[in-house]
Amino acid sequence: MLISALGQGTLYAPMALGVFIAFRILNTPDLTIDGSFVFGMTVCALVTIAGHPVLAMFAGILAGMLAGLVTGLLQTKLRINPILSGILTMTGLYTVNYMVLGGQSNLYLQRAASGDGGASAPAASRTIYRMLKLGENGELSALILSVLIMALCVALLAVFFKTRPGIAIRATGDNEEMVRSSSINADLTRTIGIMLANGLVGLSGAMLCQAQRYADLGNGSGMLVVGLASVIIGQALFGRRGVTTGLVSAVVGSEIYRVILQAAYQIDMPSYTVKLLSALIVTAALVLPLAKEKSLAWRARRTGEREGSR
Amino acid sequence: MSAQLSISHLAKSFEPGTPNEKIALNDFSLDAEKGDFITILGSNGAGKSTLFNAILGKFPPDRGRIVLDGEDITYQREHRRAIDIGCLYQNPLRGTAPSMTIEENLAMAYTRKASKSFFAVNRRDSAHFRELLATLGLGLENRMKIKMGLLSGGQRQAAALLMATIARPKLLLLDEHTAALDPATSVKVLETTKRIVAENGLTALMITHDMGMALGFGNRTIMMDSGRLVMDLRGQERIDMSPRGLVDLFSDRSGHELSDRTLLALR
Ligand SMILES: Nc1ncnc2c1ncn2[C@@H]1O[C@H](COP(=O)(O)OP(=O)(O)OP(=O)(O)O)[C@@H](O)[C@H]1O
Ligand SMILES: [Mg+2]
Repeated sequence: MLISALGQGTLYAPMALGVFIAFRILNTPDLTIDGSFVFGMTVCALVTIAGHPVLAMFAGILAGMLAGLVTGLLQTKLRINPILSGILTMTGLYTVNYMVLGGQSNLYLQRAASGDGGASAPAASRTIYRMLKLGENGELSALILSVLIMALCVALLAVFFKTRPGIAIRATGDNEEMVRSSSINADLTRTIGIMLANGLVGLSGAMLCQAQRYADLGNGSGMLVVGLASVIIGQALFGRRGVTTGLVSAVVGSEIYRVILQAAYQIDMPSYTVKLLSALIVTAALVLPLAKEKSLAWRARRTGEREGSR
Repeated sequence: MSAQLSISHLAKSFEPGTPNEKIALNDFSLDAEKGDFITILGSNGAGKSTLFNAILGKFPPDRGRIVLDGEDITYQREHRRAIDIGCLYQNPLRGTAPSMTIEENLAMAYTRKASKSFFAVNRRDSAHFRELLATLGLGLENRMKIKMGLLSGGQRQAAALLMATIARPKLLLLDEHTAALDPATSVKVLETTKRIVAENGLTALMITHDMGMALGFGNRTIMMDSGRLVMDLRGQERIDMSPRGLVDLFSDRSGHELSDRTLLALR
């Protein structure tokens, strides 16, 4: 049970990293995410079926980055509001994703192989999870592989955000004017940042695709809220500190989010309640600081009144 | 010798063709020699900040030319010309990135001149930053790893001043950069400004509403009104000038009184 929850959390961890980069580092509400997740998934499905499971992962990343590029250009070159830019890309991607899947809403990772007698039976495509079997327990070895990918992402990002282009992207979210006056093209750093975020989201889509062995257009809806929930849960645990801590906390948040969901299933909550539950978690986490402040103010006031009446 | 900064016939209107049309720069010309430190006076809305924004490339001017060290930058992109121009605003928050460390902020600003290195913060640059911070006398050299957002306004402005000058710009623009600070901090930042400008032989323009400051700093004082240059003081004439005399000269040249805020600064 726990392994399956952690497995899910790990699959969605790169997406949480992407959401962290967009919302926390770039300070931009990027709604491309629901679309780029599925775009990574559908492109990955095609390449996997064509027989290149590893390449398919990179194709998923590239697809996500392409989606990010479109949103970035809408924001910087055409000066469209960031929220609207994301919505436009996401909406457009729906059609694109449909077309990638050849006009279907889902696609299994298999290919019709002709058997000896001319009868064709579908053969499952190879995935990275099938290629690397570490032991008898398939679920565990899949988890280990996902964890490796996730750790690699975190490590690479942590290093990247200390390099010159990396701090330029961080500064863009912090104070864009200061970036320009440091003679850096802030439009470029912003676009690259959005591409990076959506590339990670695309990777998540690709990982889910190979793990569940099909691509489905419906998988993207609500992804943004899931990602936000992960980032916020992580932040509640680790606080708002440096970038590296932030990256780790997003990943941990993604795991905890899945454990919470798993617990909800255990008490027989139907699966369609997931979305509402996610929305509630995000709302609760967002309200928490305000509630804390209010209760402190209330307590201070009560103490003050008591002392005043003395 | 040709001028370090040469502005000729610069013009800029906001919302042209509407009833709200505002001529912010009106055939404005100015030549600054290398090493000139020019203070700029003018009442609210005279076009001082607009002049800076035109030099910085925030918008293309309607007419005119801006030449910096022999290079025509009139239509050059904002981030390109920023290699050679440092700028500081009234609001200390504008010049720094709050959630990055002091060290990272300086590293960002230093991108203009730094040698290529993989990590933005490296040992050699850090040592350099530490020395520079020590010259501020604020103890910031021992707090390089803390976030910029934790500093006070004055400390942030001092750090921003370092950032604006760290790459030895060909031109330094100061837009009332001490107006938001308390008197003591203001004096400290001004002293630092003076020292940095002198040590690096920078060419600088400084906007101020303080007559005493305008005459006490730099080697030349100009006054703007309705987007035009109405007064240009230097040499002996400037040395002999008193703040009171400056006010009279202004009304004489522009045909109206100076704004209240500038007069207040006289007391
Ligand atoms: N972006 C803009 N859009 C419309 N009008 C503007 C804009 N920027 C400046 N103006 C107008 O141009 C005129 C000059 O403004 P500017 O900010 O240059 O004045 P200033 O000399 O810096 O004044 P202050 O001493 O108050 O800072 C003002 O009338 C102002 O309203
Ligand atoms: Mg101004």
